[in-house]
Amino acid sequence: MKAARSEILANVRSALNKKDIEIPSAVDERLRAHAINTVPARVSGADADRIAIFIEEAERASATIERIKAPKELAGAVTAYLKSIDEEQAVRAAGHPLLKECLAEQTILEVTEGPSDGTDTVALTAAFAGIAETGTLVLCAGSESPTTLNFLPDTNIVLLPEVSIVGTYEDAWAALRQTMGSGVMPRTVNWITGPSRSADIEQTLLMGAHGPRRLHIILLADS
Amino acid sequence: MGAMNTALKNPIDVGLFATCLVDLMRPSVGFAAARLLERAGCTLHVPEAQTCCGQPAYNSGDNTDARNLAVNVIAAFEGFDYVVAPSGSCAAMIRHHYPALFEGDATMTARCQSLSNKTHELLSFLTDIMGVTEFEAEFEATATYHDSCSGLREMGIREQPRALMAAVKGLELRESGEAQSCCGFGGLFSVKYPEVSGRIVDAKSDAIEATGAETLLGGDLGCLMNMSGRLRARGSAIKTRHLAEVLAGTAPETPAIGEEGDKD
Amino acid sequence: MRSTTRNFVDNAARGLADDKLQAALGRLSQGFPVKRLETISRLPEFEQLRDDAIAIKRHTLENLDSYLERYEENAKVSGAHVHWARDGDDAREIILGICRDAGAKTVTKGKSMVSEEIGINEFLADNGVEPIETDLGEYIIQLRDEPPSHIIAPAIHLSGAQVADTFKESHDELDADRDLSEPRTLLEEARAILRKKFLAADVGITGANMLIAETGTSVIVTNEGNGDLTQTLPKTHIVIASIEKVVPTLEDAATILRILARSATGQDITVYTTYSTGPKRADDLDGPENYHVVILDNGRSSLLGGEFEDMLRCIKCAACLNHCPVYKAIGGHAYGWVYSGPMGAVLAPALLGLGETHHLPSASSLCGRCQDVCPMRIPLPRLLRQWRRRWFETGGEDTKTRLGLAAWAFLAKRPALYRPLMAIGTSVLKLCGGGGRRFPILPRPEGGSFVDQWKRGKR
Repeated sequence: MKAARSEILANVRSALNKKDIEIPSAVDERLRAHAINTVPARVSGADADRIAIFIEEAERASATIERIKAPKELAGAVTAYLKSIDEEQAVRAAGHPLLKECLAEQTILEVTEGPSDGTDTVALTAAFAGIAETGTLVLCAGSESPTTLNFLPDTNIVLLPEVSIVGTYEDAWAALRQTMGSGVMPRTVNWITGPSRSADIEQTLLMGAHGPRRLHIILLADS
Repeated sequence: MGAMNTALKNPIDVGLFATCLVDLMRPSVGFAAARLLERAGCTLHVPEAQTCCGQPAYNSGDNTDARNLAVNVIAAFEGFDYVVAPSGSCAAMIRHHYPALFEGDATMTARCQSLSNKTHELLSFLTDIMGVTEFEAEFEATATYHDSCSGLREMGIREQPRALMAAVKGLELRESGEAQSCCGFGGLFSVKYPEVSGRIVDAKSDAIEATGAETLLGGDLGCLMNMSGRLRARGSAIKTRHLAEVLAGTAPETPAIGEEGDKD
Repeated sequence: MRSTTRNFVDNAARGLADDKLQAALGRLSQGFPVKRLETISRLPEFEQLRDDAIAIKRHTLENLDSYLERYEENAKVSGAHVHWARDGDDAREIILGICRDAGAKTVTKGKSMVSEEIGINEFLADNGVEPIETDLGEYIIQLRDEPPSHIIAPAIHLSGAQVADTFKESHDELDADRDLSEPRTLLEEARAILRKKFLAADVGITGANMLIAETGTSVIVTNEGNGDLTQTLPKTHIVIASIEKVVPTLEDAATILRILARSATGQDITVYTTYSTGPKRADDLDGPENYHVVILDNGRSSLLGGEFEDMLRCIKCAACLNHCPVYKAIGGHAYGWVYSGPMGAVLAPALLGLGETHHLPSASSLCGRCQDVCPMRIPLPRLLRQWRRRWFETGGEDTKTRLGLAAWAFLAKRPALYRPLMAIGTSVLKLCGGGGRRFPILPRPEGGSFVDQWKRGKR
């Protein structure tokens, strides 16, 4: 294996006509600076209405969206949504502090916490951020956000505080660096834009290929 | 005649590179081109030494022969202010591909570059360089236009023929959604892979017929011969012509491509 | 996978005669290209993003060794095992070794063209490990033992009825009389069967759309979520990625993502974009305990610095396939190997040699639409011509073409000989009334030569 590594790198260097095996400072400078390239003006401008654009784009990607004003409204919103899709009033929830706060006093929903083993039908999670540019949710793996919840249950309900909606992909990375430090990543970062789909049979677009059939986003105004 | 570019030197010596297909198969396109250039105010020259631009060899990977033919073209045409061809692909060959043929030969590269810079396709030359906006032509027909690939993608020709067509009295343009799709000719490609090429030109013919136009116009004889051959084989009554014939007013006296008739 | 590219002419004839394939290819024209235009019309920065993306790739390729080393270093910090594979043999052995260490019986797979390139499925199966493709299209063609016919829509050549037949034959534990007449029922059946496979698999293998040097992260993009189930549920996740997939930073990845899906399916972004950095951490509640990355060269380093280097910018979006008149006439299987369309016609000769693949660069009208739509502006027509030149210069071109070109060039170099001979030729052709049925492209010439008549004073 050592041999393969040095052989490949030697081939690369010889193709590049490089005699030096030192890593040029320009490379490390670029990694350190992680400069932003072109970003869409529509969401990066100071006066961009990021919440409105997020909603428009998430709906374009076939997510459904509703807005609540206060944490205590979450249980009612989830209940009404589950009723509308004929699901039982039970969710497998991420152990996220915001979700705990929202659900502290509710009694309607049956809530269990933890990752999914594939038997749960509804997931309730909280997103790290929303990206207005394409209506994309950002979920970071960790004790407060098991990855399996994003993929195994048929219905995925995601709580997103409106203050966590950023304009661009780059804004989302900046927010993550602020939380975790530069160069550090959660084990998994999931960007999710609408429910799972496939057009592999006769180019017919169908929702619910392997992941969730439905993605319902609840925007929280005040958190 | 429409507006003209008055900032140009006088006289403007233009070498007309008829292209081998026009020269041998359809001289009337050459005469039409000549008429248009003269009406635009150019002093026209038709070097006898002209033959082929070398595209068949170049596109077959035979750069040696392509180079030899390029030397011929360069020698025959480098003395003029402009070189104009009634074909986007031959003009693109000279303009974009000649310089690469002489890599490492500074003298030839310089001669190539100088020729490249002044080589143009006919219709875009008339509008972009000579500033012509119309030819006071008449042509009573519905027509659809084919954007030949090299002209469109290598020479940026799209609006120029449309602007000239818009000024033709009686001509109604019916755009095809596939105007920019390849006709499947590709020079020797159509000879080496006739079945594949045939399927492509069949699809193209479907799109042309769907416009309901009576005439198919274009700016490149190779593509026009290919489409006309297929349309006629399918029994279509659509007539195929080079746009220069329409603009020069020679269309009524010239049978369409592949049509019987003898103007001699 | 064994190539049949040598038999391109027969393969193409089969494609042309296949009505179901032709119907599917007809649908293709109305799908991806239309959606692509629609999505880029909503992003005014699209052209600038293309230029940015090209600059990123160029810079990365110029410093490829450095970025690969930084990627490896950062991936290791997060607990990844990084392996290097010179070629398919190396990669297959590494992957089999990891599977054996994991005691793997079944392996789920996300869609990966590189894994097709090294033929990992056949190799694992021969060595007692069952590979299960989980992308719906890949699953269908695996059941049918076919190669992908499109790099992002592998089963695009099939009709729903063909898929239904395949499922009835393969899923023989189910009721033989069940209704599979709709794409929805087919999808549901595959979903139910594959769900069990996801949960039971010991190892998950995915490709990577990018490797990010800054953080040691691998990225996959999917719409189905199969890639995520593949890499999250089993104890071991193996990523296989070729060397040119590395990009410097998260910001650079963002730029490339903005043009990738738009050029591919015409989506603004795929449903799932997943960034993986190392194995499960102490406080993670799920995820793989082992995370391996296999970095594969397989001939790519030899393209670097040479006349085909531009091809290393390819992000496998398939825009060139979707817009190619030849691909849309014959379909992907005619190309005879893993990659098809213009990108395949440039890449296959580099990976398999011209002897096997010389038809591919030749079988193009060089219309240039591929270069127009390539988000990375790869000059595909130029690269195709370069392969033609190599083939011609090494004496590969067939004798008929060679002699024809030589004769034409001989005459065209000698106007004094060319003119009278061509005059005879066109007169004969005129007498024959043109090329007739055999050469419909040749109409009846008008007669005489333009240059000769002009010289005689005709106007």
